[in-house]
Amino acid sequence: MKDRLKYVLLIMSLVLTIAGIYRGEVAEVLQKAINICLECIGIG
Amino acid sequence: MASFKRRIIQVTSTIIGNGYFEGFAKGTIYRGKLKSVCFPGLNCYSCPGAYTSCPIGSLQSVAAGLKYQISLYVIGFLMLIGTIWGRLICGWICPFGFFQELLYKIPSKKLKMPKTLNTLKYFFLVVFVLLLPALSTNEVGIGLPLFCKYICPAGTLEAGIPLTIKNVALRGAIGIMYYWKLMLLAITIVFSILISRPFCRAVCPLGAIYSLFNSVSFYRMNVDGTKCTKCNICNKICPVDIKIYENANSPECVRCGKCVDKCPTKAIKSGYINEKKGRLNHEKILDVGCGADNCN
Repeated sequence: MKDRLKYVLLIMSLVLTIAGIYRGEVAEVLQKAINICLECIGIG
Repeated sequence: MASFKRRIIQVTSTIIGNGYFEGFAKGTIYRGKLKSVCFPGLNCYSCPGAYTSCPIGSLQSVAAGLKYQISLYVIGFLMLIGTIWGRLICGWICPFGFFQELLYKIPSKKLKMPKTLNTLKYFFLVVFVLLLPALSTNEVGIGLPLFCKYICPAGTLEAGIPLTIKNVALRGAIGIMYYWKLMLLAITIVFSILISRPFCRAVCPLGAIYSLFNSVSFYRMNVDGTKCTKCNICNKICPVDIKIYENANSPECVRCGKCVDKCPTKAIKSGYINEKKGRLNHEKILDVGCGADNCN
């Protein structure tokens, strides 16, 4: 059962990642990451 | 030997993940396309040396944005890493886990962490990472990465301190939140000297996500019930206080492998297990063993 579950999770993870890339989340992650996150450093 | 190998990997991943040395020198951050990729461990994307993104920061920033309330890209990435390795990332790759391990080496009185605190990290994950950034938005619908803002000491250590040392403009903007986060970092450091990996065990939302996959991941721990004598040596050296012979793939296990090295009967193994065959894929010789996850 667990053996099957890990393959299901593996496929699901790939599907989710590809869906996220397809709907443009990579650009959103990049946009946030290339600017200094003021909240992270305790200023914002 | 495994502990030396692990230390080399921890140092390497910390250096590779934060290898943009120009950022440290100039008080800026890397702005290239690699930043669209998440680092598997907790590593602030505003660290001057960071080449990649923090998955927890990215999860919050997408949720806090206007378009989506949950990031399929980041969730999928974390599921993928979790399904393959589980919390092996915490024990071998995460720079903040490595930092806590080094602090715990400082000679002092050592304390045990109450097990009930282990559940606290799920609260931080659900409330501060998933719900609040998506729900507590302003009038135009933009939220805040609240875990990063109010809780995360990794951001202060890796980004806040180096950036404010080198960047005059940021130094001028220091206010009460900066000192709040500095205090949280100081508390984390003190507790990390006294308790093994307190942040990983009680606070880290990334550890909370990976912990959900420990019981099903491809990489797993295995205790041979026919060899285990329950001498408890594994429990005594375990950095997260688990009895591996009771639950070989406990959600708390960071798979550091200390128990594998120290087990006097060599009952504990780790690797990519094939459950149908009931043994680890790298085992060439058929030994007598139950091959089960737990020692029953």
